Amino acid sequence: MKKILEQIRGNKWLQLGLLVGYIALTSLSLILAQRSVAAFLLLLLSFLLLYYTKLPNWSKWAIGLAIMFFILPFSAMQGPAYQEYMDVATLVGIYVSMALGLNIVVGMAGLLDLGFVAFFAVGAYTYGIFATAQASNFMPFGTYPLSGNSFWIFIILGCFVAALFGVLLGIPVLRVKGDYLAIVTLGFGEIIRIVFNNMDQPVNITNGALGLSSIAPPKIFGIELLYSNQIYFVVLFILLFIIFAVRSLEHSKLGRSWKAVRENEIAAQAMGIPLVKTKLMAFAIGASFSGMMGVVFAAKQAFIDPTSFTLLQSINILVMVLLGGMGSVPGVILGAAVVTILNAQVLNELTMWFNSLSTAGIITLPDAMSPVKMQRFFFGALLILFALYRSKGLIPAKNVVYDKRKFLSEKGTKKRLQSVAAPKEDEHGNTGS
Amino acid sequence: MAILEVEKLTKTFGGLTANKEISLRAEANKITAVIGPNGAGKTTFFNMITGVYKPTSGSIQLRGKSIGGLKPHAVAKKGISRTFQNIRLFGPITVLENVLVGMHTHLKAGIFGTIFHLPGVDKEERIAEREAYRLLEYVGLEEHYNDEAASLSYGSQRRLEIARALATKPSVLLLDEPAAGMNPKETAELTGLIQKIKQEMDMTIILIEHDMKLVMEISDYIYVLDHGELIAEGLPAQIRHDKKVIEAYLGKGATEEQEAEG
Ligand SMILES: Nc1ncnc2c1ncn2[C@@H]1O[C@H](COP(=O)(O)OP(=O)(O)O)[C@@H](O)[C@H]1O
Ligand SMILES: [Mg+2]
Repeated sequence: MKKILEQIRGNKWLQLGLLVGYIALTSLSLILAQRSVAAFLLLLLSFLLLYYTKLPNWSKWAIGLAIMFFILPFSAMQGPAYQEYMDVATLVGIYVSMALGLNIVVGMAGLLDLGFVAFFAVGAYTYGIFATAQASNFMPFGTYPLSGNSFWIFIILGCFVAALFGVLLGIPVLRVKGDYLAIVTLGFGEIIRIVFNNMDQPVNITNGALGLSSIAPPKIFGIELLYSNQIYFVVLFILLFIIFAVRSLEHSKLGRSWKAVRENEIAAQAMGIPLVKTKLMAFAIGASFSGMMGVVFAAKQAFIDPTSFTLLQSINILVMVLLGGMGSVPGVILGAAVVTILNAQVLNELTMWFNSLSTAGIITLPDAMSPVKMQRFFFGALLILFALYRSKGLIPAKNVVYDKRKFLSEKGTKKRLQSVAAPKEDEHGNTGS
Repeated sequence: MAILEVEKLTKTFGGLTANKEISLRAEANKITAVIGPNGAGKTTFFNMITGVYKPTSGSIQLRGKSIGGLKPHAVAKKGISRTFQNIRLFGPITVLENVLVGMHTHLKAGIFGTIFHLPGVDKEERIAEREAYRLLEYVGLEEHYNDEAASLSYGSQRRLEIARALATKPSVLLLDEPAAGMNPKETAELTGLIQKIKQEMDMTIILIEHDMKLVMEISDYIYVLDHGELIAEGLPAQIRHDKKVIEAYLGKGATEEQEAEG
């Protein structure tokens, strides 16, 4: 047995073969047994297996994209649970994006934020208000609701509005550190929710506790995207962009300065890193991912109200980051997927199973003990276990391994960034922070 | 020519005067040492120059321009870099990345350029990596470039701090007890490195150090602090025989004994 495992570990062709076999098997079982949630989950598991293979990066991406774009939707398509599956997959995409955003703030820049859902709310309301008749209450021009065609612009708008809120939150909040920061952000998250809850007077902007309903679905080429299997692709594209962006940022000048600030503020400043600006960038970029997905969420649900954006949600996203591995992009993706699937599917399935058992008279389970109701308990237990036994998360953050041959041989590197001699004073005497 | 000129710099913490009207001139391409017993106020002096502490009074001028009261990152941008007495590396990231952080102010990559890999950004990154690697070679840490900074030995961590400080391309380099915790062999190597930096990089260096052998060997000029006050300054040969200095280090009576012996 050990020998076989050794062999699998060493041979990437064998890995590829097994992986393809696994994907074929799970997708086939999903096609044949549509009601089988297990098959669906096992198919999703192939992403994790893919991550652990030793295949070159480009082929991992190629296989991953093939699963996301074709195999998963196609296998799920064959039966009645299609929309349910795609709904779960869409939710996973939304939460992964948010967790990746929070990971920048908490994992990379080391700023504990307990009010992160506020930016999701900002994005959702940005679209919600204008894609319903709500905006006509206070907008001096234009006719509302805007059509679903505007959705695409609102994704970008949601991104920037949330980033702006990130900065607005950051400016006062960054005066405090550590635990105090957590408390202040928590307060901010609640304030945003309460403000949305109460902005129905004197001018009705958010429709208060009643929420916004009949939000226009996204529209493209005259087709309205009403179903989860359609929204899924919208989420997928945004998610891929976010992963690409995070990956690029992680090992860039900005990503390094986040980590530097996280590790030692004084040393980071001594290296010329402006503290406030760097932290604000983390807040803004993290928030912007959430904002984009907020827009999608509003369009997908067609209904939003303040109860979707509670403290519990913020904690949920934080749990995803902690569970996955602070600062680790693959870890956070996995953490978000696991938590979302547990929430959206596994616990529901378990509850249904227990219910059927009790109707069949096999066992009796008091309603209060049903898995759905015990959700918080499961998460609490899970977190404690992780804190004890795997405090760095499912996939702990890893450092990038540089290849010196690559940068030493790069053409044109004869050129230096600047001579070693004194930096030139710029003429305006401005330190350009 | 004096590159850095400090005039009557004072810092008080509540009732404690950590620095009292200290004036210092760091000559270009020279090693200026600041010595004194523990608690004399040396690190406080560095912290004021680098903007970590705001001076209570006094002025700091770099090439005739005031830098007093600037934020630390702005001071770094003006060309003053430093190492820390209590090592302040970015522990969990790699040795190479630590040096790359030092290049921060010289990299132009903006947020959109980074996300979309605009031409120039990746290239700039490669150039920076190469330069960072060269700096590691310079301090003798190139073999460890992919290691976690925290995993280095104490002496290596001190040298990494120097490499990181050099990465900012400073005109003035402040070293706060760079030999602390090093064995004699490492100290000897470090002495060579500091001299090499001075000569090959035309660096102006201000050095806080307790190792008198090192100080006397490489300093061009020495300032002595005690209880926050400047008690002596002069060439190494003068400081070596200064009564006040010997007293400050060995306590009163030391000079008398010495005189009795001599
Ligand atoms: N941030 C601070 N707050 C209060 N006192 C300080 C602070 N920094 C330094 N001091 C005090 O200033 C004095 C000089 O300290 P320091 O500059 O670290 O001395 P040295 O580096 O010469 O050993 C000490 O008495 C120290 O306790
Ligand atoms: Mg000191």
